[in-house]
Amino acid sequence: MTKIKSSEITPEHIYLSRRKFMVGVGALAASMAALAACSPQQSSAPPAATSTPAKPAAGQTPPTAAAQAAAPAAVSQPAEPTTIVAPTTDELGDPFNTFEAITNYNNYYEFTTTKEEVAMLAKDFTTNPWQVQVGGLVNNPKTFDIDDLRKFEQEERIYRLRCVEAWSMVIPWQGFPLAKLLKEVDPKPEAKFVRFETVYRPEEMPGQRSPWYNWPYIEGLRLDEAMNDLAILATGLYGKELLPQSGAPVRLVVPWKYGFKSIKSIVKIDLVETAPMSLWMAAAPNEYGFYANVNPEVDHPRWSQATERRIGEFGRRKTLPFNGYAEQVAYLYDGMDLRANF
Amino acid sequence: MAKRKSSWTPLQIAVHVGAFVPLLLIVWNFWQGNMALLINPFQDVTFRTGKAALILLLLSLACTPLNIVFGWRQVLPLRKPLGLYAFMYGALHFLIFIVDNGYIGSSVDLMAVYEATFEKRFALVGFAALMILLPLAITSNQWSMRQLKKNWKRLHQLVYAAGILVIIHFIWLVKSDIREPLVYGAILALLLVVRIPLVRRFFVDLRSPKKNKPRIAADNA
Repeated sequence: MTKIKSSEITPEHIYLSRRKFMVGVGALAASMAALAACSPQQSSAPPAATSTPAKPAAGQTPPTAAAQAAAPAAVSQPAEPTTIVAPTTDELGDPFNTFEAITNYNNYYEFTTTKEEVAMLAKDFTTNPWQVQVGGLVNNPKTFDIDDLRKFEQEERIYRLRCVEAWSMVIPWQGFPLAKLLKEVDPKPEAKFVRFETVYRPEEMPGQRSPWYNWPYIEGLRLDEAMNDLAILATGLYGKELLPQSGAPVRLVVPWKYGFKSIKSIVKIDLVETAPMSLWMAAAPNEYGFYANVNPEVDHPRWSQATERRIGEFGRRKTLPFNGYAEQVAYLYDGMDLRANF
Repeated sequence: MAKRKSSWTPLQIAVHVGAFVPLLLIVWNFWQGNMALLINPFQDVTFRTGKAALILLLLSLACTPLNIVFGWRQVLPLRKPLGLYAFMYGALHFLIFIVDNGYIGSSVDLMAVYEATFEKRFALVGFAALMILLPLAITSNQWSMRQLKKNWKRLHQLVYAAGILVIIHFIWLVKSDIREPLVYGAILALLLVVRIPLVRRFFVDLRSPKKNKPRIAADNA
């Protein structure tokens, strides 16, 4: 992986203001255009606009057409339409968790079971070169280089991530629907499930030297779940490439299931006929099922799943069925007993 | 406290100072910017206070075996403060757990507290351990000893049960990998085994073989 210097990482507040910036520049250009009408004095468009972005308050009067026309001239990049304000919340209105929290509080047992230590232990993990082998019951097996995967049109997906341990975050991912990849390899009719495998590299992943778990990490989805548009392969978050602690260079994100289903650092994807046995199913079959859909009605045997702690909040909140994505995914489980298929 | 019978020994001072180290560490690590503390403070402080309670309880239970095996009489007065501090951390641990589970949205949900405490076995055994330690903490004074006479010792032997419940609490809490609670469990088992009369006598005799030789001879006869 190309090492990213910390100075090159876009600070989260700048990421969050990425379109506010453009709005600010637009507004500034507009006011300058107005000023220019009164005074011949010219000033260069200052980058200082980022430090005092015009607040894109709701109901803000849009700049005049003349000012808008002036905007592209004032800055070197084309300004986005000022009416678009980048989301800083999920669709329920809850704010993103901070980049710092997302990248310093990780369950990634391949490195350690201590969440705050994953970032440090994973910092030198090699994520380039990287290949993902896609095969099994497909007509067109294919090995994708990580750069091939980045050629899929990358979308921003703002998802809630609900850990089985009853905490949650809101994360702005970049990635592409898993369905697009699966269509390229063309699953055979007998393919019913998708099996994912994390890289096995104990020399770089100290947690994999622990014999307690049956490495490598395996996860699975039913094919129709995998084809649902919400299921994505993520390659970035907060506008930059994934860091190793977040599952670089490519990971699954299935937002309606508990976090452990969203397998990290994938090297192998196989279409198979029967439900694969995941690492957690093997480790504790009575606690972790194949489906692992977020469900406030079905408790973990050892703790309640009715509520969760959104990281950064004082009070807990009620957990939503399918983590709030019931409308998009509940049909997948019509007629199924979700208590038995936990 | 007002009328001290004797000045404190360095060991006692160490216990009273050391017992506040876990609390000070929370403050220090928070100030340092420890990620787990900053990002999920409820969970982290719950873990830390629970671990502190467990370690202090084991230390309290280690005093008698240390005296049996090594003849360190000076550790015996430490049982009480160590036990009391264990209770203090246990109570704090439970209090944070209650707030963590009971404060939902912006209101207090007592039903949620009830469910969190009594419907899951790991929480239930932890609560049971704390409820055992409560009367022990209340009666850990000279006056109660005089009032309860023989029963005081019987009552305070319940601490063994509390220790076992705390280990079970830990085992039932962790996800799959039970090695850490098993280490603590093994230490507890060791501390309890030394108290078995036969084992206790073995160690006492080992330390002063001459004094007890006739009895050993008699035993062997």
